[in-house]
Formats: sequence, C-alpha cells, structure tokens
Amino acid sequence: MGTKHNLRILAAVSAAGLALTACGSTGSSNSSASSSSDCVSGQTIAFLGATTGPNGALGQNMVGGIKLALDDYNKAHSDCTVAFKPFDSQGDPDQATTLATQIVGDDSIIGLVGPGFSGESLSTGKTFSAAGLPSISPSATNVTITQQGWPTWHRVIGNDSAQGAAVATYLKDTAKAKKVFVVSDDSDYGKGLAGYVKSGLGSLVAGTDSVATGQTDFSATVTAVKSSGADAMFYGGYYSEAGLLAKQLRQAGYKGLFMSGDGSEDAQFVKIAGADAAEGAILTAPAGPAPADFDAKYQAVNSSPSGLYSTQSFDATNIFLAGIDAGKTDHADMNDFIGAYTGTGVSGPIAFDENGDIKQSAIFAYKVANGKLDTENPTPIK
Amino acid sequence: MNFAFLFNNFFELTITGLALGAIYGLVALGYTMVYGVLQLINFAHSEVFMFGTFAVAWVVVFIHGTDSATQGLGPTLGILAIAFVAACLTSAAIAALVERLAYRPLMRRGAPKLIILISAIGMSFTLAEVMGVRDKLAGWFGLQVRLADYVSQARNVYSSPITINPHGLFPIGNYRVTDVDLLIIGSAVAMMVVLDQFVRRTRLGRGIRAVAQDPESAALMGVNSTRIVQATFLIGGVMAGAAATLYMIRIGSTRQNAGFILGVKAFTAAVMGGIGNLRGALLGGLVLGVAENWGSALFGTQWKDVVAFVLLILILLVRPTGILGESLAKARV
Repeated sequence: MGTKHNLRILAAVSAAGLALTACGSTGSSNSSASSSSDCVSGQTIAFLGATTGPNGALGQNMVGGIKLALDDYNKAHSDCTVAFKPFDSQGDPDQATTLATQIVGDDSIIGLVGPGFSGESLSTGKTFSAAGLPSISPSATNVTITQQGWPTWHRVIGNDSAQGAAVATYLKDTAKAKKVFVVSDDSDYGKGLAGYVKSGLGSLVAGTDSVATGQTDFSATVTAVKSSGADAMFYGGYYSEAGLLAKQLRQAGYKGLFMSGDGSEDAQFVKIAGADAAEGAILTAPAGPAPADFDAKYQAVNSSPSGLYSTQSFDATNIFLAGIDAGKTDHADMNDFIGAYTGTGVSGPIAFDENGDIKQSAIFAYKVANGKLDTENPTPIK
Repeated sequence: MNFAFLFNNFFELTITGLALGAIYGLVALGYTMVYGVLQLINFAHSEVFMFGTFAVAWVVVFIHGTDSATQGLGPTLGILAIAFVAACLTSAAIAALVERLAYRPLMRRGAPKLIILISAIGMSFTLAEVMGVRDKLAGWFGLQVRLADYVSQARNVYSSPITINPHGLFPIGNYRVTDVDLLIIGSAVAMMVVLDQFVRRTRLGRGIRAVAQDPESAALMGVNSTRIVQATFLIGGVMAGAAATLYMIRIGSTRQNAGFILGVKAFTAAVMGGIGNLRGALLGGLVLGVAENWGSALFGTQWKDVVAFVLLILILLVRPTGILGESLAKARV
C-alpha cells in the first residue's frame, strides 16, 4: 500500500503544481506598469497555507484577510499595485516544501504571509531562511519555530506556550475542573499545545492520549476519557478530528467540559460535532474578535464572513505593504523593516522580539452557545 | 502497558471495536471478491465506499435539510433506509464504472496484471479528485448556487446534519450495548451471510466460483466471464454502499479522501482473513477492529496501527494465506 500512498502524494503535488501555474498567471495579471519613478512594478506578496484540504477553512480566512489588505492598498496606489500569489499546501508539510522551493525561486515575491500551520512552518523554515525571504505567519503557533534561529521568520500571533498556560488557567480558575484528560493529534501544533496545557495543569491531568490526523473513530479514546472520571478534557489539534471526538464523547455519555485550541476554533467544528454535541464547548485562540467595521469591509471583498486569523493575515499583509511604501524593495531591507516594526493592527499591538515572536498577545475563550460558535463575544483569559 | 484499563473496560472496547471492524469487514468483502475472481487488488474500491458515504449524507440533506439535529435511531430509520438504497446504488454504479473504464478495456487487450493494477490506482485518484472538485463541476452546469448545500467547500469535511444518538439497550459487563452497535454488527453479519449463501447456492454464484477457479474452462463451459466480472464488481459495490451507510450512522462525516485510510484498513482485513475468502473478510475486519481498540487501550491510541499491523504479520507468519486462508474458488457448496 506504500506505493499507493506515494502515488497519491505525487499526484497531489503535481496537481498543486498545475493549480499554481494557474494561480500565478491570474495573480500577477493585475500588476500595472510602473508610472512613478520609485515604483517597483510587479511586487508580489505570496501566501503559503491550506486553502483546500481537511482544514482549508482556516486558510480561506487568511487569504480573505490578505485580499482585503491588498484591495485597500491597490485602491490607494492604483499607479503601483501589489500582486498576490496564493500557494495551497493543503496543510501538508511535505507539499509545502515543494511549494517553498517555487516561492523562493520567484523573484517578484517580496514577502510571504504564512506559512499557515506549524508543521509546514517547520518543514519550510530552512528554505525560506536560506533564501532570506521574510515571512510573517498569521497563525503558526508552535513554540519551537521561533527557536530555530531563522532570522526572517515572524508571526503576529501568540505562541502555544502562552495559549497553553491560558487554557490551564481557564480550566483551573473559570471551569474549576478537578480532573482533566488531555488528548492531542500527531501534528507539531497539536502535540506542542497539548504539552503546554499538560505542564500548566500539573497534577490535575487525569490521563492523556494521542490520536492520528485523519482518524475518524475514537472509541478507545472515548472509553479512556470516560473511565478516567475526568470532568473536563482538552484536545490539541484541528477541527476535523476535534468535531468527531466531541461528538463521539457526548454520544458515549461524557458530560464534562470539552475544550480545544485555535485549530478547532471554526464554525466547521460545530457542523462536524453536531449542534448538540458541540454545545458548551470552549475553544481558545490567541486572537480577539474582529473590530466591528472589519467584517463589513471583509465581506465586501470576499463575499464570505471573516474568520479566525483573518485579522492577523490582514495585519501581516499591511506590514509588508508599509515596507513597500517605505521603499524596501529587497528581502534584506524588508526583513530589517519588519524586525523594527511597531504599530497597532486590527488584531492588536504588533512588535516583534529578536526571535520573530510577537511581543504582546492576548488569549481569548470562545464558546459554542445555542448551536453556534460565538465569534463576537469571547472572554479574555488573564 | 495499561492492562488495568483494558480489563476494566474490556466489554466496551471489544464491542465498539467489533462495530468498527464490521465496517472494515463489509468494505473488505469488495476487495476479496474482486481478488477471488481476477487475482487483482481493486485499489479504486476505497473510492466506491467514499461515494457511498456522500450518497448517504446527500440523501439526509435532501430530505431533512441542513439544520443540525440530534435524534435517536428509531425516528431516523426511514431516512436511513432511503439513504441505504441510495448508497448501495451509488457505490454499485461507481464500482461498475471502475470495471468498465479501468479493467475491461485492459483485460480485453490481454494487458499484464500490473498494468491493470495501475489503472485501478489511477481510477482511485480520479474518483477522489472528482469528488474534491464537485463544486467546480456543478459550476460548469451553472448549478453551483442551487446545489450549494451539496457541493460547496468540496475538499472540506462534509457532515450529515442529523446526529444519531445511540440508545443503551442492555448491559454486557459494565457497558450498555447500544442500538447503533447492534445495528452495525448485526447488519454486517447478515449481509455477509446473505452474500456467502448467494455465492454458494445461486447460478450467478456458481458462475463466480467457476471463473475464480479457472476462467478459461469456465468460458468453455458457457460462462460469460465478462458478465461474471461485472456482477462481482456490482456486488462488491453494494457491500461498500452498506458499509458506507453504517459508517455514516456511526461517524456522520466524510470527505473526498475518506476512503483512503478505511480502504487500507479494509484491505488489511481482507488479507488478514485470507484474501479471496468471503467469511475471512468479515472475520479479518472484526479481528482488526478489536485489535485496534485493545492496542489503543494497552499502548495509547497512537500505537493502534502498530498493534494491528504487527498482528497481521504474526498471523501471516503462522498462516501465510490468512486466518481462514481458503480462496473464493475453493468454496464448496
């Protein structure tokens, strides 16, 4: 069966390649000829992340934010527009490495918004850093990424250690949980976040388990959670599995709190779990709600409502655009500009430390209530 | 190794494992039947199953709408019956399509088996990708908006809006067996028995066995082997449709690549039970499902595939032809 799997990867990669060629041609077609002397025409901002695939909803949110920022910019700078090239990794670290090679080979790309997920960030970081391409991730939260010594890697979102500590605080102080069962998937993100939750909870951890991405039947995990007598559980991973796990737990009679992180903070979670099973679930994210007028502007450009990471990718794009405005036309100048950048975006105050981590971030708890994920009124966790 | 956990929850782990294994077994029947007749692994069978899961979800959306609802098995039986028929028809149609496009033209030209194997793999990708771009396909016909409930976000998870809550019926040990468990295990066993009897007792079944034993002699005796092969694919498709219905009752969500992992597991189950052997396929499925759950309990869920495949290797070391080991051809009346 190994052959089949390899073939699948091969086909998927070549399909992605084809898709790219198509995207590339549409993306660059709207760059107009330079008219003013200081305009470098055809500057492009790239995105690398999952816009399709099992967790593609999150990448769509990011692309929407980038499009909005570019739309604003290009309207104001019609004589020197910036183009956009999305690269769809489907969230797969292996596919992302191939795309990363294409991205660094494209001289028009001044900066990268992304990579979207932690796994693909770790698999592509070396390529981007060797090529000196500055990147700002709106969403990759694994702690180890910024410990790799990649000088061009930045993120505008709090990392998993901050979020893990906040989750533990919420479980202890707000939910008053006595016994917590911690489950993670096998992704860099899920394992990392669950690890920080575990260390934050200490002796409250009643048991742990680890499941596989793509798994659909969690009966052994469900039995383990129930028999541990846990009154709360935390899942580190993405909504596809989180939804099914929540559903199967409730079906088996689990009554405690279901909690998960930003990878599950999407309306798809409620859809997959079913409204009844998802009810009362708490999903945390190192991202607050979008400002009131942001969503209206977003919908005017994207025809769908904004979601998790939309504000972060909007801000990340705006940092690059500010750099372009400041005349930073090569990778090294742009990277210095980002490193020194301070400002306040729609997602909050932005400034980077020497590792590329955002200096200040807040973690919010979102609740599923009345069959819907309430994205507008999250509770900040202190 | 957490033996205490396994023993304290032995019945729950075993019964939920059997329910999972029953689904593996039904899908495994499709692999095993095609192998029995053609000595080929039909790699596109996982997509036959995947189309069945979508048929179930579409029927539920069509009848019920997209509002999320949770209800017991009883009130859902009507919709499920229609979904079952739709899934069997869809899967059988896809299986027939696979046979017509990926097998028959090559077999007619006497292509080597390896070539046919590769065309089946190609068919598998094609079918999965067709499902993954179904929104674009609908767009070609201008139906993207009208069919939005069925085709939008084609590569994302697609869920049945009705969640079926299992209802505990009677206790075994410290576990209350639910109606869903019983339905899944019961219908899988029933379908297997019917299929087994069909192959043993009917004229078409005799034809299948004849082609499995010796295609040339069967042709000389007046058996139309093309029709037999077609019938084999259709029957395998119906079984995959049944498996898809049970899968959607239990899991409730699917996606364009949902067949892949399940296909690998079902293929493993078929090999474990003895590929080419109908009873072996179901037995292999049940053993695999239970082994996964026990393995998860002992070592943690991340080890379940290791446990399942070590078990497969051990079984094949002792019995190289699988647990029951007898091929479709040798099944006696």
